[in-house]
Amino acid sequence: MLTKNPTLVTAEPGKQEVVITREFEAPREMVFKAFITPELLLQWLGPRGYVMDIDHFEPRAGGSYRYVHTDGNGNSYGFYGVIHEVTAPERLIQTFEFEGMPERGHVSLDTAYFESLPGGRTKVTMKTVFQSVADRDGMVRSGMEKGVAQGHERLDELLANGF
Amino acid sequence: MRRDVFQAIADPTRRAIIGLVAFNALNLNAIAENFDVSRPAISQHIKILTECGLIEIKQQGRERMCEARLEALQDIAEWLEPFRKAWEHKFDALDALLLRMQPDEEPAVKQGAAAKNEKRGPGKAPKGKRKK
Repeated sequence: MLTKNPTLVTAEPGKQEVVITREFEAPREMVFKAFITPELLLQWLGPRGYVMDIDHFEPRAGGSYRYVHTDGNGNSYGFYGVIHEVTAPERLIQTFEFEGMPERGHVSLDTAYFESLPGGRTKVTMKTVFQSVADRDGMVRSGMEKGVAQGHERLDELLANGF
Repeated sequence: MRRDVFQAIADPTRRAIIGLVAFNALNLNAIAENFDVSRPAISQHIKILTECGLIEIKQQGRERMCEARLEALQDIAEWLEPFRKAWEHKFDALDALLLRMQPDEEPAVKQGAAAKNEKRGPGKAPKGKRKK
C-alpha cells in the first residue's frame, strides 16, 4: 500500500520550466483554500528547519504577497510576487521572486492547476516558467537545497535517537 | 555546444541508445539495427553520447564497442532530488493540514497509512480547526 502520494518533478533539459505534480486526499475546494489562505499557508509552505512569516498575502487578482523564511541561525530569506489570477477552485497564477538574488528581475511565473479526481481527491499541477534556462537551473540547484540538507540531518538525528 | 548529461538525454533516440547498451556493450552496427534512422545519424548520436560522458568506445579486436557509463546519469537524479524533496516535505505538511481541516470525512485506509508514516495520525488529534 502506498503510504503517501508521490511528488513528481519534471525539469526537461534546456527548457525554462519546472512542473511539479502531486495528488491529495481531499476535495479541490479544500486544497485550493490551503493555497490561498495565509494562516493555512503558514502550516505547510515553510521548508523544514525554517520559520515562515507572512508579511502580507492578498489572494485576489492584482494583489501581492511577501513572506520570509528564517533558519535556526537567524538568516532570513524573503520572497515576493504579484497575484495575477485567483479562479477558485481551479487556477492560481502569480509571479515569484527571491529577494536574495544579486540583482533584481529574476522573476518566475507560477501557475497552479487544481483538478478534481474521483473519490473527493485532487490533483495539483504547479508549472513554473523562468526567464531563462539558467534561472531555472539556478533555482532548482540552490534555493532551499541547503535547508533541506540540514533538515534531513536533523531528521536522521531524531530517527537515530528513536524520537 | 553544450556537452553534458542533460544534453545527452534531451533526445529520445539517445535515451534509447543508452538503454540498449546499459547492460552489454554493442558495436555501431548492432545499435543501428534497432532504429529506423540512418547509420550516420546513429553514429552522430553516439558521438554526442561519448562527448557527454555517457558512452565510452572501447576497441575489442577489430570491433569498436560502445559501453555505457551510467555513473554520469547520477548527476540528473542528484540535481533534481533536493528540489523534489523540498516540495515533498511541504506537501506532506499539507496532507496533515488537510486531515485537520476535515477530521470527520477521513477514509480509514488513508488514515492508517498516514499514522504509520507520521507516528501519530493527524486525524486522531484534531486541533479544532473545523471549517464549514
